[in-house]
Amino acid sequence: MRISAFVLGLWLIMAMAGRLPSLDPHLVSLPDILKPPSTSHWLGTDELGRPVLDRLLAGASVSLLVAVTTVSLSATIGIFIGLLAGYFGGIVDRVISRLIEVFLAFPGMLLAIAMAAMIGPGIDNVIFALAVMGWVGYARLVRVQVMALRQRDHVQAAVALGRTDLAIMIRHLLPLAMAPVWVEASFGLAGAVVAEAGLSFLGLGIQPPDASWGGMIRDGVRYLLVAPHLVLAPGMALFLVVLAANLFGDGLRDRFDVTSRNTP
Amino acid sequence: MNNLLEQLLDTLIVLFGVSTLVFLLLVMIPGDPVDVVLGESAQAADRETMRAALGLDRPLLERWGLFYIDLAQGNLGDSLVRRQPVAQLILQRLPATLQLAGAAFLLVLLLALPLGILAARHKGRGLDRLAQGFALIGVSIPNFWLGPLLVLLFSVQLGWTPVSGNLEPGSLLLPAITLGLSMAAITTRMVRSSLLEIESQPFLRTARCKGLSETAVMLRHSLPNAMLPVITVLGLQLGSLLAGAVITEVVFAWPGIGSLMVDAIRQRDYPVVQGVVLFIALSYVLANRLSDLLSGWLDPRIRGTD
Repeated sequence: MRISAFVLGLWLIMAMAGRLPSLDPHLVSLPDILKPPSTSHWLGTDELGRPVLDRLLAGASVSLLVAVTTVSLSATIGIFIGLLAGYFGGIVDRVISRLIEVFLAFPGMLLAIAMAAMIGPGIDNVIFALAVMGWVGYARLVRVQVMALRQRDHVQAAVALGRTDLAIMIRHLLPLAMAPVWVEASFGLAGAVVAEAGLSFLGLGIQPPDASWGGMIRDGVRYLLVAPHLVLAPGMALFLVVLAANLFGDGLRDRFDVTSRNTP
Repeated sequence: MNNLLEQLLDTLIVLFGVSTLVFLLLVMIPGDPVDVVLGESAQAADRETMRAALGLDRPLLERWGLFYIDLAQGNLGDSLVRRQPVAQLILQRLPATLQLAGAAFLLVLLLALPLGILAARHKGRGLDRLAQGFALIGVSIPNFWLGPLLVLLFSVQLGWTPVSGNLEPGSLLLPAITLGLSMAAITTRMVRSSLLEIESQPFLRTARCKGLSETAVMLRHSLPNAMLPVITVLGLQLGSLLAGAVITEVVFAWPGIGSLMVDAIRQRDYPVVQGVVLFIALSYVLANRLSDLLSGWLDPRIRGTD
């Protein structure tokens, strides 16, 4: 878990570095086309002579922005919907459950590809498409948690004291339902990073000339034989971030899971 | 019997919801799709023809109804670019995708079962760690990076397999690995954990006390009882193989329905995009439901509770 936190921290630093004005991710330099890594260009240059390191950092910035925004947005929507279904039950729950079932029955990445295809590429649309596919997991988790917590004494006490539904949901139910949400968010982060890169790889995400890891892989594949670093560098960054987020999620799950913590 | 009817009704509702979602995708196109496809300077007559072809001249509810009437007849509309029925295009491309998905599924079985069994039998030791490491890497490696990596290794460095296309023998191998690896990883985890879950069951102790060899215990007692959750996961994956094939087909220029869809997206051939999405989504739902039915039928405990 420490290693994965370290890698995720590195990602954050790379993303912040990607915002530095001294970077030249768009600087076309025709004499430097497809140069292998060297002391002047640590990760070499791409097919337009742009420095791969600078583009990698700019790509880190994009992937972090998309992933964090997507996860926050899907979690917020999902938590809200899950709270409604679990708290009110009855017809509200039946309708929401059906909705959840339909979205779960849809392969997530396919939905994101289809939505991005219809609403067009671009960073906002990517976030929107990923959030539409992402909210379901949170809603399902929170719904089940809230249904189990609903009959607890402290909730019944709050009802008896005449607290509003909203206050009960937010102050008395949500804090107790959050543990699995954090685990889901960690895996969701990995999923969002891959999905953004996948959409950009298909040409449906971040548009050139802006750098994104998926787009770099897509462009680099054409020069795989002469300049493999174009594919290796962004791919390795992507793989490590996803691996770290998955490991972090595993670690969180083990930590929050009381039963497995008590039994060795 | 009641149970089966209930499941059927449930499946129908989900199919209805999923197809409505796909129908709504076309509505989400910002602005006027006719402008998007033809450009603003198109002739008025062309625009009207396309409007009629897309059904945009009718109110939304009527389009929704027509969508289902067409769907019931297997009519997915006509391609705007290729002047061919979408259903026909899908059928032409389907064999290549099925071949790829079938090969990937075989790979999942060949990798995940032995690895999962080995990991469970050597729990906590070197082999288990190795299998777990494989599973973690397999889950985390994006297939659009794995594909080029495999090409770099096997086609460029070693010269064993062709780089892309599906014309030469051996060209199926790399796409199948690319598509199947992450699912093999998930299934390995599932086989391992479900074998470990039943490890302490009394019937296994009895089998061992009878003097059966470890292999016989595994084949006759452990595996059959541990397979149920694995079958559920495999069913889920059978469906996601089709969805995952979209990216893999693009990586390897594989002429299946995935590359048909991505080409159609580039050409703004909306009916084709919609048709392929609908086809994959419906196959996904059906694969899941079938695996539910199958595991219900295989497990007498589930079968008995009607």
